[in-house]
Amino acid sequence: MKPAPFVHHAPRTVDEATSVLADVGHDGKVLAGGQSLVPMLNMRLATPAHLVDLDRVAGLDGVEVTADHVRVGALVRHADLERHEQAYAALPLLRQALRHVAHPVIRNRGTTVGSIAHADAAGEMPSVLALCDGVVEVASATGAREIPWHDFFLGPLETSLAPEELAVAVRFGRLPAGTGTAFVERARRHGDYALAGVGAAVTVADGTVTRARLTFVSVTDVPTVLDVTGPFAGREQSSVDWSGAAELVAAAVTPEGDIHATAEYRRMLAVELSRIALAEAAARSAAPGSGRGAA
Amino acid sequence: MSGDPVVEELLDVTVTVNGVPRHARVPARRLLSDFLRHDLGLTGTHVGCEHGVCGACTVLLDGRPARSCLVFAVTAQAHAVTTVEGLGTREAMGPVQRAFAECHGLQCGFCTPGFLTTVTAYLEEHPHPTQDEAREAISGNLCRCTGYQNIVRSVLRAAELREAAEADATAGDS
Repeated sequence: MKPAPFVHHAPRTVDEATSVLADVGHDGKVLAGGQSLVPMLNMRLATPAHLVDLDRVAGLDGVEVTADHVRVGALVRHADLERHEQAYAALPLLRQALRHVAHPVIRNRGTTVGSIAHADAAGEMPSVLALCDGVVEVASATGAREIPWHDFFLGPLETSLAPEELAVAVRFGRLPAGTGTAFVERARRHGDYALAGVGAAVTVADGTVTRARLTFVSVTDVPTVLDVTGPFAGREQSSVDWSGAAELVAAAVTPEGDIHATAEYRRMLAVELSRIALAEAAARSAAPGSGRGAA
Repeated sequence: MSGDPVVEELLDVTVTVNGVPRHARVPARRLLSDFLRHDLGLTGTHVGCEHGVCGACTVLLDGRPARSCLVFAVTAQAHAVTTVEGLGTREAMGPVQRAFAECHGLQCGFCTPGFLTTVTAYLEEHPHPTQDEAREAISGNLCRCTGYQNIVRSVLRAAELREAAEADATAGDS
């Protein structure tokens, strides 16, 4: 298994990268960490004539934490975001989810923005972007724009990025004070693609639930946020039975079956993992330093 | 997906491998794994699945384990690579190599270079793993002989050997 020939471009700046992308159009593909793209090239599922390798582009490897968001540059490796203490303090969900992204060795190379741009429904970080109401920052030779997550993901492995556009960063929105989060998955082997995964964010004010939301991995074909606040609003966090979300989840998801799991089993997992994730998230929302439970 | 067929061009690639700058003229599509084996003759790095699943080709890229089958040689150009050849010699084996030998952490040995590089880097960051942690640390590497029990033992033994070596070094300093 070897890649087909391609022309390698090694830009040093974002402008150089976007000018190459403008030139090569549909024949071009952006290479960042390569942990999803290179397998596709090796198996010749993709044969782009031009690869724009971001490895040497300066200024894309920063993580920035502000009062509103955690901004992650296109060259930030999963492993670096996972270890970033400020990012963890601001948005514990990032580390909670990153621990499920493949194996540590893959996380050393793979980039968070790359996995979002890859838009695999079995990937964790697109769903996390959704749950955090995130935004993708895009550059091109003709200008810049920002794409909210719900306009970014169009279908499995399909985004609204144009061929000449480069995703330079994503911004994960910080969650309101009093929000606890959790990310749970089931896979045959730790580090493999999840049979199903669920992220949860539960906000509690004065001991009562004010908001509860879920997102899914390997269950929906594009990232989705399901608001399940309804039955729990105003209830005391400590007395909530989260299995009450089961009907909402079962009605909202229509998973597909494949060789790893049947659709029915995936739906069952989605329901059960939702209960677990909501309970974990709620317990953390109540803990001092909201959301800072063990990642 | 592509228009006109691409004419293969050759690039001059220099990668620092085990501390030594090594050069070869290769196509852009040369995988780092093939660069090491075919162009540089360093056949310690093994090639298994070639899509990032098996871990046999794992090398250290700037000190961190990485799949060399998922990195292009031209991308590795500005970086430092450590292969299994760089972890020690037959006469002076590194602690992880010694532990694998002592605990019979290999059967056919095909997956071993990937385990050795992965475990070497892991122990740098987690010098005292529990058995469960050791098991998770190697979960990204496949051994088709299924020699995992002894491989987990080897990881724990390597941690002991590292600790002993550090204690000796400290004693030697005083």
